[in-house]
Amino acid sequence: MDAIGQFFAMGGYAAYVWPAFAIVLVVMALMWFTGIHGWRKSEQTLAALRSNRRQREGDAE
Amino acid sequence: MSMHYFANPTRFNRLAGRIQPWAGGLAAILLVVGLYMALFEVPADYQQGDTVRIMFVHVPSAWMAMFCYSFLAVASAVALIWKHPLADLAAKASAPIGAGFTFLALVTGSIWGKPMWGTWWVWDARLTSVLILFFLYLGYMALWQSIEDGQKAAKAAAVLALVGAVNVPIIKFSVDWWNTLHQPASVMRMDGPAIHPSMLWPLLIMALAFQVYFVALLLARMRMELNLRRIRALRLAERSS
Repeated sequence: MDAIGQFFAMGGYAAYVWPAFAIVLVVMALMWFTGIHGWRKSEQTLAALRSNRRQREGDAE
Repeated sequence: MSMHYFANPTRFNRLAGRIQPWAGGLAAILLVVGLYMALFEVPADYQQGDTVRIMFVHVPSAWMAMFCYSFLAVASAVALIWKHPLADLAAKASAPIGAGFTFLALVTGSIWGKPMWGTWWVWDARLTSVLILFFLYLGYMALWQSIEDGQKAAKAAAVLALVGAVNVPIIKFSVDWWNTLHQPASVMRMDGPAIHPSMLWPLLIMALAFQVYFVALLLARMRMELNLRRIRALRLAERSS
């Protein structure tokens, strides 16, 4: 077997080693992107609310 | 500098915004280095073969599962006792991250257990107490969701967090107190780590990567919670005006 094939075979434990690493990376990536996305969305909502408010206060004067 | 210096949300937001990208970048670099070492440099174990590599994601996940809960409990105590205005947010923001790491500790442990123990799961003290930890996280998050009044929710959730904190030492010492398939501590021991340096270094790098990742994500989630609190206040003010 070539070196690359040997690496991916993980000494016969490929069916355990790769899924373990994969799920950790997938879950960490998901947590990361949902966290960052949620924060960005909250920034936009807050900015929109504040500009609405400023506008209405401007109209009232 | 008093404890309340960074209680000013605007000041916190500015500081967090400065730290967040650096922590995120550092976590990514450490993760790449740690993964490279775990997959390429660490030799296969003479007993466990290549399954030993699972340790480099399983152990840091399990450490983070316990660290996040300890953080959550301390933040809850600070919120209850000193009414620090960011402590509730810190506790709330850390819960989903802790739940994620606990899930990963359970799943990677199960994947490792199958070839080494011959079973995906046993109802022993270590595994069961970590499963309880996972449910504590879910219960904590559900409690926040179920109470409309933000201040009441914060208080109830903080009390639950503190009661659940008793589970953390139980997890830590479960391998010493009860008979278990799970191996005892080999890094956090009174007499120093019982693990070869060629495995200890990659393990510590992975653990640090997870820790820095937690900091970056926690800051983002805290800033989100802060924004959501401001959004709620603005909407309430609009409705009443």
